[in-house]
Amino acid sequence: MSKTIITVVGKDKVGIIAKVCNFLADNQVNILDISQTIIDGYFNMMMLADSSKAEKEFSVLADEIAKVGEEIGVQIRMQKEEIFDCMHRI
Amino acid sequence: MINLFEVNETNNMIAQDNFDVRTITLGVSLLDCIDSDLSECRRKVYEKITGLAKNLVAVGEEISKEFGVPIVNKRISVTPIALVGGACCKTEDDFVTLAQTLDKVAHEVDVNFIGGYSALVSKGMTPAEEMLIRSIPKALACTQRVCSSVNVGSTKTGMNMDAIGLMGEIVRKTAEYTKEHDSIGCAKLVVFCNAPDDNPFMAGAFHGVTEADAIINVGVSGPGVVKRVLENAKEQDFGQLCETIKKTAFKITRVGQLVAQEASRRLGIPFGIIDLSLAPTPAVGDSVADILELIGLEKTGAPGTTAALALLNDSVKKGGIMASSYVGGLSGAFIPVSEDQGMIHAVEAGALTLEKLEAMTCVCSVGLDMIAVPGDTKASTIAGIIADEAAIGMINQKTTAVRLIPVIGKKVGEMVEFGGLLGYAPIMPVNSFSCEAFVNRGGRIPAPIHSFKN
Repeated sequence: MSKTIITVVGKDKVGIIAKVCNFLADNQVNILDISQTIIDGYFNMMMLADSSKAEKEFSVLADEIAKVGEEIGVQIRMQKEEIFDCMHRI
Repeated sequence: MINLFEVNETNNMIAQDNFDVRTITLGVSLLDCIDSDLSECRRKVYEKITGLAKNLVAVGEEISKEFGVPIVNKRISVTPIALVGGACCKTEDDFVTLAQTLDKVAHEVDVNFIGGYSALVSKGMTPAEEMLIRSIPKALACTQRVCSSVNVGSTKTGMNMDAIGLMGEIVRKTAEYTKEHDSIGCAKLVVFCNAPDDNPFMAGAFHGVTEADAIINVGVSGPGVVKRVLENAKEQDFGQLCETIKKTAFKITRVGQLVAQEASRRLGIPFGIIDLSLAPTPAVGDSVADILELIGLEKTGAPGTTAALALLNDSVKKGGIMASSYVGGLSGAFIPVSEDQGMIHAVEAGALTLEKLEAMTCVCSVGLDMIAVPGDTKASTIAGIIADEAAIGMINQKTTAVRLIPVIGKKVGEMVEFGGLLGYAPIMPVNSFSCEAFVNRGGRIPAPIHSFKN
């Protein structure tokens, strides 16, 4: 398994999750967990996903999903889970 | 499982607080490139480094993308060239051609600096080492990416005052050779005492002879991150304050460790060390001086600055040590003037002087760094400043360094712009009393006693 964290931050609007999920489905990235919250109208979401079956290179996926974010006016990052694990877990 | 709060904390460090991995530095031993024929030596050097480093930049960028953390620089350090070129270089110009080869390699593999145009002369100079040192002004003037360093003293050997006197002249000459560009050559020249073999930071990086054939060293950074957490720590006493800094240093070093392991695995080159340094940049907020001011100083340079820096430096080390399996290099807080907005402001406000900076170097890495001084500063005065700094390192068993830039044609109060990560600096006044007779004595200052510590 190649655990990936996807974060979406931006002004809340209709269809953010739908857009992101469609992109992930099209690229064979399996969603394992979603948590989200809205603070002062700002949408804040984190997804844990498995990108091991994806055909595209990780860096290509990260670029493409960031572009999806730009289209709908939110910031989307796709990062490997290790960076968070190493920083927050001993 | 990782939660939203933790993910946001990490990403805010990157997006808002200038957190980055400052450099992945590939250390390459050139001892097997030694040859009695100069062109053969140059060919071997070129082939060995380009062979090992061809994927360095690509791998760095790949890791950066996957983890979402910027890796600002990819660099190379090599065996001190005085050792590599000793057998084939008969003149200073021969050494300069080796510098040109290194520059060509740096362009070829697209690294922004290559360090190791160096000589280690803490006790004495061989003819080749002296020749390399004398070739430095020309080498730095005719190359763009080559960095040079000279180790002139150590706790074990004492100080080589002949070399220090010579370096005073060499720093001046380097300034003159690059005077059309605000004497930028001097920004690529460091004079060390107790130089570490595995430092990944430029301009002082070289690949020591005790190192393996090739090694990956990583320098982390993050003054902006420490600054952010201290903004929320105004009410804390010193115990709590140090705890806060330690925790932050731990987190940023862990990312350095991850990047180092990944780079090592993907390049098939063993991991060497993590350098736990708080390295500022000219970006607003990415400043060590700002941290000192948040600890409680009106301006950096005010009484209390040395103590504040001591606790910062020590806490960074304590936090970082547990986060990495191997720590080395310079490891501490850097206090370069031109690369740190807060330092520049403190100098402009008259709060920070050369003498206070010297005191600060007693408790942190590395030394008098990126300090612009008037263009008419005498060679013997520069040598005297180097000697003072080397003495601090020698007696206190720590690395110290001097990177002074006598800016030809400029006077105290004028500004000098180096550009990019090197930043800009106001020209600082230097004590104008002479130390010529002291420097001209020649010989060595004996190694210090290792007992009776007072």
